[in-house]
Amino acid sequence: MIIVIDYDTGNTRNLKKALDFLGVENRLSADRDEILAADGVILPGVGAFKKAMDALEDRNLVDVLREVAKQGTPMLGICLGMQLLFDRSLEFGDTKGLSLISGEVVAIPSDLGVKVPHMGWDQNNLKQADPIAEVFDKQYSYFVHSFYVKTAPERILASVDYGVEIPSIVRQENVIGMQFHPEKSGDVGLAGLTKFKEMVSNADYSRN
Amino acid sequence: MLAKRIIPCLDVDHGRVKKGVNFVNLKDVGDPTDIAAAYQKQGADELVFLDITATNEKRKAIVNTIEKVASQVFMPLTVGGGIHSVADMMALLKAGADKTAVNSAAVQNPDLISEGAEKFGSQCVVLAIDAKFNPQTQSYQVYVNGGRTPTNLDAIEWAKTGVAKGAGELLVTSMDKDGTKSGYDIELYKRLTAAVSVPVIASGGVGKVTDFPEVFQQADVDGALAASVFHFGELTISDVKKELKKDGVIVR
Repeated sequence: MIIVIDYDTGNTRNLKKALDFLGVENRLSADRDEILAADGVILPGVGAFKKAMDALEDRNLVDVLREVAKQGTPMLGICLGMQLLFDRSLEFGDTKGLSLISGEVVAIPSDLGVKVPHMGWDQNNLKQADPIAEVFDKQYSYFVHSFYVKTAPERILASVDYGVEIPSIVRQENVIGMQFHPEKSGDVGLAGLTKFKEMVSNADYSRN
Repeated sequence: MLAKRIIPCLDVDHGRVKKGVNFVNLKDVGDPTDIAAAYQKQGADELVFLDITATNEKRKAIVNTIEKVASQVFMPLTVGGGIHSVADMMALLKAGADKTAVNSAAVQNPDLISEGAEKFGSQCVVLAIDAKFNPQTQSYQVYVNGGRTPTNLDAIEWAKTGVAKGAGELLVTSMDKDGTKSGYDIELYKRLTAAVSVPVIASGGVGKVTDFPEVFQQADVDGALAASVFHFGELTISDVKKELKKDGVIVR
């Protein structure tokens, strides 16, 4: 069972629709025990970083998600949900994140001659061999964001070139982040979600 | 860098696609989900649904349609036509739309744009504009009510106002070109892309495959919308993308 964290942020239902379409057993939940017992956890999210962290705190989910990561459960953060995995965000002040992957979230510079938000289909370039990231190599996926993650190169599995290098897939052990929306990225997005499901199904992988 | 977008547009009336689509052997040529899935397969980058239902149950029908489409088709969906309130936007976004396009209602009440942008973010609010060239003033005039009613708004100024109010994208139809199959209105889009920094989607006038590279290269728009050339199978999305690639335009 994959639990999609239910904390009142936009794209949850579209993600659920994609998982249902793929026949992946899933449920929306904010329940501590259910989340800790899940085979896999997906943290979606659109909107502002601080509001999302506040929403997680209101539901006492910050420590629960840290526990999920610690116990080795495969975890996938999507869009803002990926950004929340990092230490902090400089979006409207300085807000602490979940600190599951080291790095910070900063604004896409406005002086690069590119449009902000970074919205549309952009091409992923594989940076490291990884079963999930490989699905996206040279493929276009759908992005909508104004902030991006700065992290160590070893955490970046794939990135897009948008004047700056924007990490599109990141990973630290069992914790994975996708800056784009796999649930809106057509066949390749669905293939990525399927790979995550395989990771969840593979006990060796998830508990090593 | 971002790929330029090719966007088929579907007119939906009471949950049915108005003009049948016959580019593939669909079982039901009027079913929005079947058509949307076929376009996803062809490589469309986004779909626009224009609700042309004329009755009071209008919202309910289009919300149900989007709910169904979004369960089977996984790409960005934009919905326009008769959106009058933040509640209308909310219902569509909840059903699975990614963006809502406002047109006449925003002309009547420009704060609808800012209210939507504050509530959902600019990326969810598209300002749709129907523009017609006025030879006397040498400028483009905004029309509302499906192009039936002229306003005193200048299209470029209205575009700038809309962006200042929070519109995240402009979907601009040239009424002079619409239905002519003589290509996009390059001059209109040149003026628009020079005036605003948000993405601009060109609409109206496609007749042949080279119309696409022309509008991307000469007017620097972000997306090109078309209806009949795709629906009637005169062009496929992949024909268009092949042509664009050949001309060095970045596409998915």
